Amino acid sequence: MSQHYPALLVIVPLLSALLISIVGWLNKRLCFPIAVVALSVSTYSSVGLLLRVLDEKVIHYHLGGWAPPWGIAYRVDHLSALVLVVVSVVALLNLIATQKSVEQGFSEKIGAFYTLYVLFITGLLGIVVTGDAFNLYVLLEITSLTGYGLIAMGEDRAPLASLNYVYMGTIGACFYLLGIGYLYISTGSLNMADISSILPGLYDSNVVLAAFIICMVGVCLKMAFFPLHGWLPNAYTYAPSAVSSLVAPLMTKVMIYVMIRLMLTVFTPGFIFSKLALSNSVVWLAVIAISMGAVLALGARNMKKMLSYVIVAEVGYMVGGAWLGNRAGMTGAVLHIANDALMTLCVFLAVGNIVYKAKGYAFEDLKGLFRKMPYTMTGLVAGALSIIGVPPTCGFFSKWYLISGGIQAGQYAFVAVLIFSSLINAVLFFRIIEIGYYEPFGADHGHGSSPIRMAEAPLTMVVPLLIVAGGLVVMGVYTGDIVTNIIAPIIPMGLGN
Amino acid sequence: MSDLIPFIVDNYNYWIYITLLMIGLYAMIAKKNLVKKVVGMNIFQTAIILFYVSIGAKKGATIPIIQHGHGEGAHEITASVIEAAEYINPLPHVLMLTAIVVSVATLGVALALAIRIYNRYETLEEDEILAQIREK
Repeated sequence: MSQHYPALLVIVPLLSALLISIVGWLNKRLCFPIAVVALSVSTYSSVGLLLRVLDEKVIHYHLGGWAPPWGIAYRVDHLSALVLVVVSVVALLNLIATQKSVEQGFSEKIGAFYTLYVLFITGLLGIVVTGDAFNLYVLLEITSLTGYGLIAMGEDRAPLASLNYVYMGTIGACFYLLGIGYLYISTGSLNMADISSILPGLYDSNVVLAAFIICMVGVCLKMAFFPLHGWLPNAYTYAPSAVSSLVAPLMTKVMIYVMIRLMLTVFTPGFIFSKLALSNSVVWLAVIAISMGAVLALGARNMKKMLSYVIVAEVGYMVGGAWLGNRAGMTGAVLHIANDALMTLCVFLAVGNIVYKAKGYAFEDLKGLFRKMPYTMTGLVAGALSIIGVPPTCGFFSKWYLISGGIQAGQYAFVAVLIFSSLINAVLFFRIIEIGYYEPFGADHGHGSSPIRMAEAPLTMVVPLLIVAGGLVVMGVYTGDIVTNIIAPIIPMGLGN
Repeated sequence: MSDLIPFIVDNYNYWIYITLLMIGLYAMIAKKNLVKKVVGMNIFQTAIILFYVSIGAKKGATIPIIQHGHGEGAHEITASVIEAAEYINPLPHVLMLTAIVVSVATLGVALALAIRIYNRYETLEEDEILAQIREK
């Protein structure tokens, strides 16, 4: 059983997506339990894989018994095991937390919704587990296509935002495909391990250089790295809240995983940091991304758009950290993938609860919410503290690694912009806390108003939110263990201290 | 200058794919109509498919089926060495079957979204839609 974890992880959700779409016609109430079972199997397998990886270092799984480079191989190492656990846990928690809001939002389309939901996770898990560059493209498109569908289920401008995402996302995926084509021309292989064993002799070739840059541009488009972020804010804002809290924590983070995978496994740090010497310019781009994300977030007039721009800034953190070219920076970037997924989930779940009860996510809808929804707002504050980077939440620790990486690399602009963005985040979230806590008293001048009644979201929405909020602190407290046991083995020796 | 023409002619498959790529990209950036953008997107994807198909080709090679590999004498043939140079590379073509499926699916999703947008705004011109959004 346990040797089939890598396949189970992907195949169980894939088949259950089919099952859900059939069952959806017969009995809508069965869709949700099937989705829960499927994602529980994925979560169980990914946790099992993580435990196995801690012993065995790298797990290879040959689909259908075909040996690579001819067959498609799944390859799980510490990095993919960590991201697998993050993806499956986030997906499962979000599935349970958003059940009520899905019933409220689109009771007619429950079958279609859960089919797309589970397929989306299939794609993400597949991207992380696969060891084949072309297979990654196919799974990337599965993820994206289901993502477009999920986002378009929202109201108002959602279809337009989704179509914009289709244009940009397709260009991104096509660029990735083109880059893989160039790699295939020069190496004759599509298996990542095989490519990386052939490449070192070809590092002077212009084709390999073009392949790397084209792949990176494609991946950057998909992860919404600043100049290429145009699709993200609208898509995440107008998506239904159950979808925002699924797509926002996972999509960009998994694309950053792909970038790190390309940098560390397909190419080598030696090629990236010594031969290309691009690291300086990419870190500068990250500096611009972070500051623009922070400034644009300041201008946003509703919660979801503000958080979307915060994600744009966070993407800058991770790209910058990965390209610093030292151990601390890479550690920070990988740690931040896990942390950022959790804290984005936390704040988006809180926004989902607010939308469920208050029917809106503009700043005006937040008035008096600390009285009405104290538990939800507790979750929001925990997420906010983590995004700002207050210890002992996990956001502090990954930011610490990123900052110390920046200092070691002598990239003081990166350090400065990280601190600047933390300050902006503090302003952003305290503004929300202020509206939620004080506003109604100013509005009715405190005379003769009826006391605000507590109207908390249902228990199934609040409990997962509080679990995630607690998880932020737990992740923070156990950061040391995570870094030494899981992240340290990922970082290759070639990278400076 | 004398080097340039052979350079273009020898690599004509790359020039064709790059030209198509640019046509697609131009349509996606410059056209205001949402369906024209979708068409541009499809040209963009097709250009990459053509690129892959062309890299599998070899001069003087045939389709990748072993000649006389069936019936009598099949054993002698398979026992002898198969010259890879005599056959075109089938792998890029097979990969593109998947990519074609992906591009058809993308086209379907994009057109479905375009229908929903049309139902809502009664137009597919991007500037008119944006004007309607701004009015509200």
